Amino acid sequence: MSKRRVVVTGMGIISPVGNTISEAWGNITAGKSGIRRITRFDASAFTSQIAGEVEGFDVSEYLPVKEARRMDVFIHYGMAAAIQSIKNAGIEDISGLQAERIGVNIGSGIGGLPMIENTDEAYHKGGPRKISPFFIPSTIINMISGNLSIKYGYKGPNLAIVTACTTATHSIGNSARMIEYDDVDIMICGGAESCVTPLAIGGFAAAKALSVSNDNPQSASRPWDLSRDGFVLGEGAGVLVLEEMEHAKSRGATIYAELAGFGMSADAYHMTAPSEDGEGASRCMENALKNARLSPSEIDYVNAHGTSTPLGDIAETIAVKRCFGEHATKLAVNSTKSMTGHLLGAAGGIEAIFSTLAVYHQISPPTINLDNQDPQCDLDYVANEAREMKIEAALSNSFGFGGTNGTLVFRKV
Amino acid sequence: MENVEQRIKKIVAEQLGVKEEEVKNESSFVNDLGADSLDTVELVMALEEEFECEIPDEQAEKINTVQEAIDYVTENAGN
Repeated sequence: MSKRRVVVTGMGIISPVGNTISEAWGNITAGKSGIRRITRFDASAFTSQIAGEVEGFDVSEYLPVKEARRMDVFIHYGMAAAIQSIKNAGIEDISGLQAERIGVNIGSGIGGLPMIENTDEAYHKGGPRKISPFFIPSTIINMISGNLSIKYGYKGPNLAIVTACTTATHSIGNSARMIEYDDVDIMICGGAESCVTPLAIGGFAAAKALSVSNDNPQSASRPWDLSRDGFVLGEGAGVLVLEEMEHAKSRGATIYAELAGFGMSADAYHMTAPSEDGEGASRCMENALKNARLSPSEIDYVNAHGTSTPLGDIAETIAVKRCFGEHATKLAVNSTKSMTGHLLGAAGGIEAIFSTLAVYHQISPPTINLDNQDPQCDLDYVANEAREMKIEAALSNSFGFGGTNGTLVFRKV
Repeated sequence: MENVEQRIKKIVAEQLGVKEEEVKNESSFVNDLGADSLDTVELVMALEEEFECEIPDEQAEKINTVQEAIDYVTENAGN
């Protein structure tokens, strides 16, 4: 039996660079940064005081206020992005579709940390009676998937994957597998994150992972630049509707790209640092290419993990060279995190969208703030200007704490 | 200053996501105003917060309508 093919038929986004697909893609291709000084809390005591915060988001455009009150912000973002993607794909109305063959798989790296912090404070002030009965369902990670299935009546697989910064990539890849495997025809999948909070900023800062370029927020995220000094935390959500190709064609859906391949691997090396020889990441990309039945030379564009950390950017460069050999120098290797910051569990979601749009529009977004390229990072990173170019196939990388890796391959249809 | 009845109706409307004019004295939280079991727990917490009192669980279970809430607060809370 030939492999069931998977295509992208819907997309939705909430992000530091915009809360619709057209706004976010416009800003990303124009090289606009979404990073600013933190407004969510007083960060003056912290070494890192900048983040990619979502602006102008009104949850009541998506959900009744009473329902929204019972969800932490990561669920708001996840629901909003999912609702956009579902409308984009034209599957709001399930009559005519098989509800049992539609699943949801939207994860988060950290989940409801803001509400955990607030509830902890209420408990210490007022005792156990101050803990809301909605505390647990508003903070646990699978509640985007749960709430979405309840809202639309999707009765297929309902789950959430948690693998740190690889969460959304794993969610999307595993969703594609479920379609390939004939468990379902449609999956709504991706990731959401919202933890611009004292504990998250403090925790990542203590691990020396964050940029402290507080005076120049918009140039703080600078992948592959010599003066890079860590990642900038971002928030938001990116959700795709994946669909079996013939199913999509038969209902006349718009097909943005084929999700041709998915690969995974583990570094088995260190809790937070990437393996310096790029072995784990390289093997992850090789696995994705194998699943896509593509050779390395057929890839034109890489949406890199590219977080702007000193070690990570070098390790990914080594991994790309290890996987692609001589073809590495012909690739456009781009980090959209230079503009969005690092959305942790949502990163792979918005980057899958940017990769899909890169294939669809035949444009590589720029890597901004690349003024003085690190000699140890010697690939073509599409510095500072978007590029119109031929993109037959694109690859999107995510690497997470614990040494967990994921790669998606998108192909022009 | 609003009286107890007005304050309770306001809280009920806000907590249960209904219009204030829909909240009658005889309204049952579950049967008329669409509350589920978790909603009623949270509603009692909101009443405790507003009237700075503690409503024991065995008493809270007996508060099923707006009027029952008004009666309880009037009898048991100082303000």
